[in-house]
Amino acid sequence: MQTLTQRLANPTRFMALSARVLPWLAGLAVVLLAAGLVMALASPLDYQQGHAAKIMYVHVPTAWLSIMGYMLVAVSSFGLLVFRHPLADVSAKAAAPIGAAFTFICLVTGSLWGKPMWGAFWVWDPRLTSVLILFFLYLGLISLRSSIEDEALAGKLTAVLSIVGIVIVPVIKFSVDWNSLHQPASVMRLGAPTIHASLLWPLLVMAGGMMALFGALHLKGMRNEILRRRVKALRTVEVEASAGLARQPAE
Amino acid sequence: MSALSEVLRRDLVLAWREGGTVGVALGFYLIVVTMLPLGLGPDLKLLSRIAPGVLWVALLLAALLSLGRLFETDLEDGSLEVMATGPVPLEAVAAAKSLAHWLTTGLPLAVLAPILGLLLNLEPDAYAVLVATMLAGTPAISFIGAIGAALTVRTRRGGLLLALLMLPLFVPTLIFGISAIGAALTSSDAFGPSFLILSAISLASVALAPLAAAAALRLQLQ
Amino acid sequence: MRSGVGEALMKLIADMLSSVRGGRAVFSKLSFEVAGGEALLLTGPNGSGKTTLIRTIAGLLRPAAGQVRLEGGHPEHSLGEECHYVGHLNGVKSTLSVEENAKFWNRFLDGAHEAVETALATFGLSALRDIPAGYLSAGQKRRLGLARVLLARRPIWLLDEPTVSLDEASQAMVAGAVDAHVAAGGMVIAATHVPLGFGKSRELRLGGQAMAA
Repeated sequence: MQTLTQRLANPTRFMALSARVLPWLAGLAVVLLAAGLVMALASPLDYQQGHAAKIMYVHVPTAWLSIMGYMLVAVSSFGLLVFRHPLADVSAKAAAPIGAAFTFICLVTGSLWGKPMWGAFWVWDPRLTSVLILFFLYLGLISLRSSIEDEALAGKLTAVLSIVGIVIVPVIKFSVDWNSLHQPASVMRLGAPTIHASLLWPLLVMAGGMMALFGALHLKGMRNEILRRRVKALRTVEVEASAGLARQPAE
Repeated sequence: MSALSEVLRRDLVLAWREGGTVGVALGFYLIVVTMLPLGLGPDLKLLSRIAPGVLWVALLLAALLSLGRLFETDLEDGSLEVMATGPVPLEAVAAAKSLAHWLTTGLPLAVLAPILGLLLNLEPDAYAVLVATMLAGTPAISFIGAIGAALTVRTRRGGLLLALLMLPLFVPTLIFGISAIGAALTSSDAFGPSFLILSAISLASVALAPLAAAAALRLQLQ
Repeated sequence: MRSGVGEALMKLIADMLSSVRGGRAVFSKLSFEVAGGEALLLTGPNGSGKTTLIRTIAGLLRPAAGQVRLEGGHPEHSLGEECHYVGHLNGVKSTLSVEENAKFWNRFLDGAHEAVETALATFGLSALRDIPAGYLSAGQKRRLGLARVLLARRPIWLLDEPTVSLDEASQAMVAGAVDAHVAAGGMVIAATHVPLGFGKSRELRLGGQAMAA
């Protein structure tokens, strides 16, 4: 008998399952994002910032997803190193660039929002600074993977790095907050701790849409990676066969 | 235990005989700190204000320079695979080698820093606290950096990659180092906590980083 | 130093061992046994998995399936700690002298103090003891790398192409050391393309039909 995890771990089963789930997830993303945008545009204007504050509906969900994406990479990495789950490396590899893209959108929208609010695109706001360093961590994962030829080794080393990263991320966050707290210059902070319900609903719908989008992109990325690995395996067999190296198991 | 002190001793002897790496790191530190006033102009007030930050950032870069070689030679000449079959775990070997790196890089750079402080018109009160924060903080650089050295030991363009991987991880050390100096200069209460957190980060790195470095090294040997 | 009697009762057992490298099966379902007092030669064409097998026994590689175990070994030691692994690389630092190199491994591997002299003498390096290893010829460096097997007492020697770049006299030194180790109840597993001149040995041919001779 196979456990559920083992059954899902089977790439063939994953391909069949994900093919069925993907259109629904992608559809859900489109519907939620469209609804969220309409709700966001209809929401009451901020009396200080006017329309500029509406960028929040894109900025805040991407900020959440930037850290969730990193956690997804770290959990997948843990699955690879500890359980040697065959899909874990595929998941970690697919999640990293998507997470980096969401982090980048978060940085760009945050900086666009900062311009009318602070008069400068970048004022070393502690939250944005933490996100910037998270972006560097993503770049590190992607570059380490791309600079090692042996793909299996690259996957495992990147997994070690992402686990080191997830351990240090809270310390980085803490240190950046500490830095702004103990700086003589007063730094304004983005976002309000209490948020009115008329602003919260559009935000939650947008966040749901962004999550569905992340999920759909991640599934698609994983499917692409599995197909790429199959093509590679077929080519290897072809090369071996033509070189007369097709091996039989030694008895 | 004798196996570990032997690894440490050998790394120190090699660093002494090969000489170059330590000298290059110190020279690099000197030149980076010299370039800054040349770029900013000799405004002594400005230099004095940014001196602690400049000295810390340049120290990170100089320490990175020599990290790349930490495991490279042992991997290339086969020492590492013999150590992997040795009587002590690879985690302990990684820790001994990180300690050797700190003794041959972190320590000399921290000792050189006050001399470079003269070039930047560092406030007289800041010298002692500068050296204290560097001595407390540089172990984290050597031990966390060892993870990066282990991850990139076989890669093309290892040095640049190492900087990209490791500099973000050095952010807490940098911030608490600078924060402690700033607090000491303004006689604020924040000096104690900053310095303690800086030391805690170093202690945690000494305890935990060798686990990750050894995991990476085992993968490199496969 | 442990006596050879206990080692003679040791047995290294490989059970249905399979290895996959770079998505390709190198060998599969390989089973064999080596007892104390035996030398096993691994032969076979390039890519048949000799090095992979040796590294798997040393614990550097994880087998895809199956296991290697040692019966009668030290209860607190892992298999790797019972093995001397001498791969293609010598583990020699060129700025350290021959004697410093030997002393480092002697202390690191927790060998007896006198072993340094014995090892250098057996491999004909005594006269070169103060020379930095960087000045040695390829053959002399190889001998220094191989001398490690005598620097600490370990029952199993894993030698990968031990005689590469060695002249006949040096090859005889290696064969002499191996024969003495086997006679004392130790085990030697050596991968090779060429006859090694060991006193007595069995052969395990990898690639195609593997069989214990």
